[in-house]
Amino acid sequence: MKKVIVGMSTCGLSAGSQKTYDKLGELSAGSPGSFELKSAGCIGMCYREPLVEVRDGESRIVYGGVTPEIAEKIFNEHIREGRILEEQVALRMEPGQELGGAEAPHQKNQVRIVLRNCGLIDPESLAEYEGTGGYKALRKALLEMKPDEIIKVVKDSGLRGRGGAGFPTGLKWSFAASQKSDVKYVVCNADEGDPGAFMDRSVLEGDPHSVIEGMVVCGKAIGAHMGYIYCRAEYPMAIRRLTIALDAAREKGYLGTNILGSGFDFDIKIKQGAGAFVCGEETALFQSIEGKRGMPRIRPPFPAEKGLWQKPTNNNNVETYANVPWILASGAAAYAAYGTEKSRGTKVFALAGKVKNGGLAEVPMGMPINDLVFKIGGGIKEDRRFKAVQMGGPSGGCIPASLGHTPVDFESIPATGAIMGSGGMVVMDDQTCMVEMARFFLNFTQDESCGKCTFCRVGTLRMLEILTRITQGEGQPEDIDKLKTLGAQIKDSSLCGLGQTAPNPVLTTLKYFPDEYEAHIKDKRCPAASCTALVDFCIDPEKCTGCTVCAKNCPVDAIKGERKKVHVIDTSICAKCGKCVTVCTFGAVYKK
Amino acid sequence: MVTTAARDDSFNYRLWRYDGAPGELIPLLQSAQDHFGYIPRRAIGYISGVTGIPESEVYGVITFYSQFRLQPMGKYVIKACDGTACHVQNSRMIIDTLEDELGIEVNGTTEDGLFTLSTVACIGCCSLAPVLMINEETHGRLTPQSVRKLLREYRRREEAARAQQGAASCGDRA
Repeated sequence: MKKVIVGMSTCGLSAGSQKTYDKLGELSAGSPGSFELKSAGCIGMCYREPLVEVRDGESRIVYGGVTPEIAEKIFNEHIREGRILEEQVALRMEPGQELGGAEAPHQKNQVRIVLRNCGLIDPESLAEYEGTGGYKALRKALLEMKPDEIIKVVKDSGLRGRGGAGFPTGLKWSFAASQKSDVKYVVCNADEGDPGAFMDRSVLEGDPHSVIEGMVVCGKAIGAHMGYIYCRAEYPMAIRRLTIALDAAREKGYLGTNILGSGFDFDIKIKQGAGAFVCGEETALFQSIEGKRGMPRIRPPFPAEKGLWQKPTNNNNVETYANVPWILASGAAAYAAYGTEKSRGTKVFALAGKVKNGGLAEVPMGMPINDLVFKIGGGIKEDRRFKAVQMGGPSGGCIPASLGHTPVDFESIPATGAIMGSGGMVVMDDQTCMVEMARFFLNFTQDESCGKCTFCRVGTLRMLEILTRITQGEGQPEDIDKLKTLGAQIKDSSLCGLGQTAPNPVLTTLKYFPDEYEAHIKDKRCPAASCTALVDFCIDPEKCTGCTVCAKNCPVDAIKGERKKVHVIDTSICAKCGKCVTVCTFGAVYKK
Repeated sequence: MVTTAARDDSFNYRLWRYDGAPGELIPLLQSAQDHFGYIPRRAIGYISGVTGIPESEVYGVITFYSQFRLQPMGKYVIKACDGTACHVQNSRMIIDTLEDELGIEVNGTTEDGLFTLSTVACIGCCSLAPVLMINEETHGRLTPQSVRKLLREYRRREEAARAQQGAASCGDRA
């Protein structure tokens, strides 16, 4: 019997996959036995959601943009009569044949290790995870391997922490393993707070068992019996699926006492974050699990020595743990075969912003930025000019298009002034103002600074004030030097990663886009036509239908025009409130 | 209000399950917020009492995390995403539209107690930017027009539910 699988991650649901699922449910109930309806996580092609896969034995056809109407068509033509709706096919996977479908060119350069099951299995079914070889690595680790053997495999694979810093995972585990203590902890950092990053969410929603399995293996390796997953509260579905997965694993004996008869005990608790970006910093995260204000503390002592509740703790992020079962099952050499000499394996990137194919992409380390943006991302929306990518979130920096040949790995990216970060990659085009972008990030870090270190607390506010006045056309010539000085001081005088990296977006945009700052300060002009105070609002005569809605809504009566005739904005009266843009149904109002 | 008293009972029941394990303060505050929609003054006193953590410290934790609120929230909490990807896709205009349509500013609640508007750093649906969440439901690929439509849909649904409720209670009386 054919299986029909609907992508039901947060991204799918917000694109309307629930309606598609309900429609298919109706159709299935209407003709029992025609197909089996299932749900899965995110396959990574978020831009083509809602996605529906029709699986017939080994043959798999993934349809993109499936509305309830198209679902009905798929049912009538494909499921009933075996006729594939060619124009709707996103991906076509058939045995012995090359990857087909409209999205094949963007998918074929990817290597799926972390995302091996995402979008393919039902994340709420333990049996399906087991069906893909799940928990075999755990069986091997618990029954056949000694802790130092596990650590050796992880070391040999060359796996480095995927949370951003890139610390060698095997080495980190060996530090925690060498500590003498009867109580140790395994912590999974799922506080994916970087705006523009959603790799961890997709893994937790699409394949929660892979993270659980990785954590139990780590527990065995370092001699811990308790694990915590610290997940941000903004991910309700990830928390729900993790809870289901933990219960199932416990029932099946993959968690709890005497796991698989090995005599090893391990259990995992979920701790929900409460909305504080700084809790992604490991020492702040421990404070938060302990129920306190999430403020970082001085290292050393490092977590391997004194972490959660002052006990030896190993902390890795979601993606790192999800790699572990694959490495154990396939061998260190298989993993190390991907990537560059110093950055082995694959990395999941979240492509977003002004890129055509926004979504997840897992590629071997060392792929040039240009390949990610153009080959996988499909290029820039509306074929505009590629200007920069922002990597590493608020702690990262902007890499200009001229450095698009830079390979993404733990050595090359930091050399540009940005950071690898956890994998968020926000693409920008010529309509994005880099000064405004820097202001946006600083506004974020300023808001999220816990306030412990003076430079981070006060310095970022001073920088924010300067940037705000530049974007409002009130910048002064000496502002650029002030920003550079303050930036250097904040980096030097902050305790944790948040403060040490907060000036990065400002410093990198100053380095690569000095002319944009100059234009704002000297010419009082925003080259990207984005900063409201420095642009004029206009109406496109081609698009305006003369519906009068803008004129009726203008609070200062700056819009003139007769019914059914093109309207005009009087820029001498216009208060630049932007109300006309939000009420125009035809997208006729633009900034210049 | 009658409903608050009823909710108080269930809230106490949840607290009785507190087993004295360390690190339970944040989950307790989260369950209090789940029940009341915010953290009322008396809940702080109660939690302090059962955990032995001073009220000042409890308050310190509440104000550190952006999730916790000391004021009642609307029935629908709108979290407009202003993360990087949404920002690049002009989320500011979405937030302006929300403020305009609801007649409140960010962090405000409408007079009828229906909507609270807040912003969030990232929902993690970046490829469908700009996005927002209403309670736990996510909506993507927004335009100012679709936002207005969405809010009106919620309002309509609410009015219909109220009308139905009104009819039902009339029926009860009869």
